[in-house]
Amino acid sequence: MRALHGIDLEVRRGEALGLVGESGCGKSVTWLAALGLLGGRARIGGEVLLEGRNLAGAPVAELERVRGRRIAMIFQDPSSSLNPVHRIGRQLGEALRLHRGLEGTALEAEAQRLLDRVGIADGKRRLGDYPHELSGGMNQRVMIAMALAGQPDLLIADEPTTALDATIQAQILELLAEIRRETRMAMVLISHDLGVVAENTDRVCVMYAGRIVEDAPIDTVFEAPAHPYTRGLLAALPELEGPRRMLVPIAGVVPEPANLPPGCSFAPRCDRRIEACGHAPPPATELAPQHRVACIRA
Amino acid sequence: MTALLEVSNLARTYDVRRGRWPFARLATLHAVDGVSFELPAGRTLGLVGESGCGKTTTAKLVLGLLPASGGEVRVGGEALPAAHSPHWRALRRRMQMVYQDPLGALDRRLSVGRQVMEPLVIHGAGSTAERRDKALAMLDAVGLAQHHFDRFPHELSGGQRQRIVLARALILDPQLLVCDEPISALDVSIQAQVVNLLLALQQKLGLAYLFISHDLRMVRQVSHEVAVMYLGRIVEQGDPDRLFATPAHPYTQALVSAIPTHGRARKRRIVLPGEPPNPVDRPAGCAFHPRCPHAVERCRIETPALRLLADGRRAACHLAEQIA
Repeated sequence: MRALHGIDLEVRRGEALGLVGESGCGKSVTWLAALGLLGGRARIGGEVLLEGRNLAGAPVAELERVRGRRIAMIFQDPSSSLNPVHRIGRQLGEALRLHRGLEGTALEAEAQRLLDRVGIADGKRRLGDYPHELSGGMNQRVMIAMALAGQPDLLIADEPTTALDATIQAQILELLAEIRRETRMAMVLISHDLGVVAENTDRVCVMYAGRIVEDAPIDTVFEAPAHPYTRGLLAALPELEGPRRMLVPIAGVVPEPANLPPGCSFAPRCDRRIEACGHAPPPATELAPQHRVACIRA
Repeated sequence: MTALLEVSNLARTYDVRRGRWPFARLATLHAVDGVSFELPAGRTLGLVGESGCGKTTTAKLVLGLLPASGGEVRVGGEALPAAHSPHWRALRRRMQMVYQDPLGALDRRLSVGRQVMEPLVIHGAGSTAERRDKALAMLDAVGLAQHHFDRFPHELSGGQRQRIVLARALILDPQLLVCDEPISALDVSIQAQVVNLLLALQQKLGLAYLFISHDLRMVRQVSHEVAVMYLGRIVEQGDPDRLFATPAHPYTQALVSAIPTHGRARKRRIVLPGEPPNPVDRPAGCAFHPRCPHAVERCRIETPALRLLADGRRAACHLAEQIA
């Protein structure tokens, strides 16, 4: 089974990139593959270049110097990413010891500073808490603190607020934006929510069935989406203001990865398809500077 | 005309222990605390709020799946009978529930057809052939094909499974459907399909929906009226367009401003400090005051009642007029 079909993307220093798509489209797998986190049964082709050095197939020792330090990751469900039987302090301390070589009082001071940085008051006491003693929002703050422990250049945030309530989501996104303003850290924000991506990134890649179908600056995606799938996603979303209109759903369902249609994967659901769409997967073409789209009808 | 569903002063409390010791002091948790609303036939009431605010508890109280600690639920003018009594079972034909996770709500070992027919079997309605015909008609009504009758839940997509749940809920011709986060587990492109189906079914069958969701845009899309809950109480209630465009209660204001949208530059996001308090430690006065940017002394002492504002909506805030 092939999960990804040739992903080409680039994250510049300090940039915020959004990755949008429905479940199973390969948003998360892209980054797990790039960081060599998929396990022995996955076969990965292509190149992953970090400042010119290829990470794909790199020895484990080299990957371990990158993971957590140069590139950190946070996930959707913070409570299951944290170890329930260890105190917060020990887990945060582990990251600081591994990535920064801190020990003793320096380690404790830095751990407290990080908790303070992510907005957890009374850090000293919190370091002694177990994850179950904190709320979901607090645990996500701890995850962010751990991700910051290695002072990464790039943070992969995989649906960081999906499990959180609306007002807590606003807090966490605000925190990430603040940290990025301070540290110039680049971020890849993976989300199924176009709104979340729109507010927090500069550029977005829309994925469908293991391919990037559109790559454009945020405003372009909302004002002049070129790929029929991107258009479909926007038409399926209700507005919060203005007159209510009938939603236009995308017909059909996402194809199974093991059973993709020949040619363009979106063709069976597409209202603009022509015969040629079924022949070969459309190549990504540049419609305008910084606007790539994989559709022969765009 | 009496409304199909009348809920007055509904309450549900739990006794919980403070701390982890068996001899710890008992405290009372107010999961739902004096909730009142009316739902006329053929209309939709949207219930929004964050997790733990009492939305789902309200839904269960309405159906009698949980006994209420106080207040009253009336269906078609008559009080909800004791749960599991024959009278209650008869009444339950008219009120059905749809849950968030369709796979969890379906039995994986039973074919689609048997599950859709099951309510008819339970209520002893019709002959075997009639049940089958009715089930096939229901599948057609929710946009599924005849051949889905013999399939099993795992063979279908999430959207199709939710359609089956709907078909099963509708087969007894209910008047009220309680939908608890019916589209939250579905992908964006499928959510619109299910929402459009719910709207079409309402038009065709005159159903009333109690629609629970944390997705404010979807709630606006389907609702005739919206109630916002915070810590077991309704804090604002009214027309969805007005409520979301110019929220009166500070909590609704924060909730609406927290929805990420494209091109927000015009509006500032209100980021609330802190998290919803534990319902066991409900703050005195207005439960929202510790997080409220406008709170004054009075808010710490006096609990605001849900009251009618000049524009016809209701809000439970002492300062609703000043901060609007």
